[in-house]
Amino acid sequence: MIKPEDDIHNAIAAADVEEPSMAVAPANSVWKPLSWAKSNLFDSVPNTILTLLALLLLWETVPPLLSWGLFNATWSVADGTAAACRDSTGACWALMGEKNRLMLFGVYPYDQHWRPLLATAIVIAMLATSALRRFWRPALGYAWLGTVVVVAWLMWGGFFGLTYVETAQWGGLPLTLGLALLGIVLAFPLSIVLALGRRSNLPAIKAICTGYIELVRGVPLVSVLFMASVMFPLFLPEGVTIDKLLRALAGMTLFTAAYLAEAVRGGLQAIPRGQEEAADALGLSYWRKMRLIVLPQALRLVIPPIVNQFISCFKDTSLVTIVGLYDLLAATKAALADPEWRPFFVEGYVAAALVYWCFCFFMSRYSQWLERELATGTRR
Amino acid sequence: MSEAPVVELIDVQKWYGAFHVLKDVNLSVKKGEKVVVCGPSGSGKSTMIRCVNRLEEHQGGRIIVGGIELADDLKAIEAIRKDVGMVFQSFNLFPHLTVLENLTLAPLWVKHIPKAEAEDLAMQLLKRVRIPDQAKKYPGQLSGGQQQRVAIARALAMKPSIMLFDEPTSALDPEMVKEVLDVMIELAGEGMTMICVTHEMGFARAVADTMVFMAEGRVIETAPPQQFFSDPKSERTRQFLGQIIGH
Repeated sequence: MIKPEDDIHNAIAAADVEEPSMAVAPANSVWKPLSWAKSNLFDSVPNTILTLLALLLLWETVPPLLSWGLFNATWSVADGTAAACRDSTGACWALMGEKNRLMLFGVYPYDQHWRPLLATAIVIAMLATSALRRFWRPALGYAWLGTVVVVAWLMWGGFFGLTYVETAQWGGLPLTLGLALLGIVLAFPLSIVLALGRRSNLPAIKAICTGYIELVRGVPLVSVLFMASVMFPLFLPEGVTIDKLLRALAGMTLFTAAYLAEAVRGGLQAIPRGQEEAADALGLSYWRKMRLIVLPQALRLVIPPIVNQFISCFKDTSLVTIVGLYDLLAATKAALADPEWRPFFVEGYVAAALVYWCFCFFMSRYSQWLERELATGTRR
Repeated sequence: MSEAPVVELIDVQKWYGAFHVLKDVNLSVKKGEKVVVCGPSGSGKSTMIRCVNRLEEHQGGRIIVGGIELADDLKAIEAIRKDVGMVFQSFNLFPHLTVLENLTLAPLWVKHIPKAEAEDLAMQLLKRVRIPDQAKKYPGQLSGGQQQRVAIARALAMKPSIMLFDEPTSALDPEMVKEVLDVMIELAGEGMTMICVTHEMGFARAVADTMVFMAEGRVIETAPPQQFFSDPKSERTRQFLGQIIGH
């Protein structure tokens, strides 16, 4: 078995615990790493070749990467110019020091940046709270209602001493986070309705839901966003305008819901017919049967594909840039438009990628925890 | 036993596509009567009792339960289901809910009785089926026999006036059959109106007021148990009884 070099130490540590057979031979006890490597990395000619190739690849890539990203990097500049970076062979992380506010908040009025910062912090804190099972009670719902009001007030302002900031000026991380979060929260219930509708016995409902899902799945998100931002206003009566951000959000929501619906439908199909029959026989109405019996079991089964779709939705928010909204990625691009810092675009994109990765990785890990946490009852 | 039937099937017809599963099925069950339905597999006996609470739709004839005729009227269907309990071959307990929650679910959400009352009733029923100590467990942690007893208690929690049993012991290991039958015999002794599809002829002899034999979608013979077992009129019935009692 081949493992990358940086995994070897972990693997050795694990081998101590998991493979007591290794420790049986006393002669090898001191040189466990060596015997491990011999039996796992050099146990055959092809494996030896692959191991050597992997080591070569790591040798060629890791040290240059470290020297670029860490050892030779410029972390700050005193004069506010990129001169120090241009003289260095390393990464120019000083870019973050100079441009972080533009990257994080886009074109939101500069002196008001504390407002989106605070709003984002509140939302992240609420997300972290909601993730924990011990806070799953009705009060959490009210807390979220309060959060929506406070965040809306912080972002829009217009009363209680805050100046009004129109949505066209919103941008950066708050925009990305808001679009993804609202998109997911709105798309999820819609997807459940669509999935149930597609399995309905009523031909009209079934046809509408199936048609919707197949239509939306058949077009790219970019075209949905274009429709929402360019075509849709053409059909509105004179003088009526709908906020561009809202239109993009609606586009994202409708798009995500179609994909989610298929994931949910997969879960519904996995529930034995007998469950519905038992609920019917007890006299439960259709909606109660779905809410109390079928959906709790079905959704638990499809947590992985659902979270997959959430992650996808989070990253897809970067496409709203094509309708002129400044999400995190677009704001990063805007920050790099400054000729002084333009040569250091790689650092900018690496930083943006890191932010996306943090959120997506959290979602991924959380879904794994949630699966285990909700496994009660199905566990024997 | 009063004379008006609580369940009445008149010339019931049902097709699965082109396949005629129920042919002119007639059945009349009086209050407190115990009817045991038997017959070879594929004879339509399960389909027939599933028509009584509309898990299956019939396409011809009439089905009247508790004075209400089953038709497309959803309200009538819900009213009948509230009054008719059902026990399935494969238990169909809700695996994501505890035993107690399985029992209180319908009383809480269909009858809207207070939670404390529903839980009291549930505990009483669990005592009756002799597993009160399993209330907090999940169905997956119980044996088949225990699960089926929970399923009976779940149906009884709605205080139905009619109970349908669809081969309740067929999926059980032999040593668990008796514990389920004992509960059913006890229930029969309390005067419950019961329609049971089963091959347990010992149980049938013990509790049945009426035996019904079905084959190929038709009711072949309807008779009191003494006559049914000792002197069946139809050759088809005799053949069937010979097969299942003979060995």
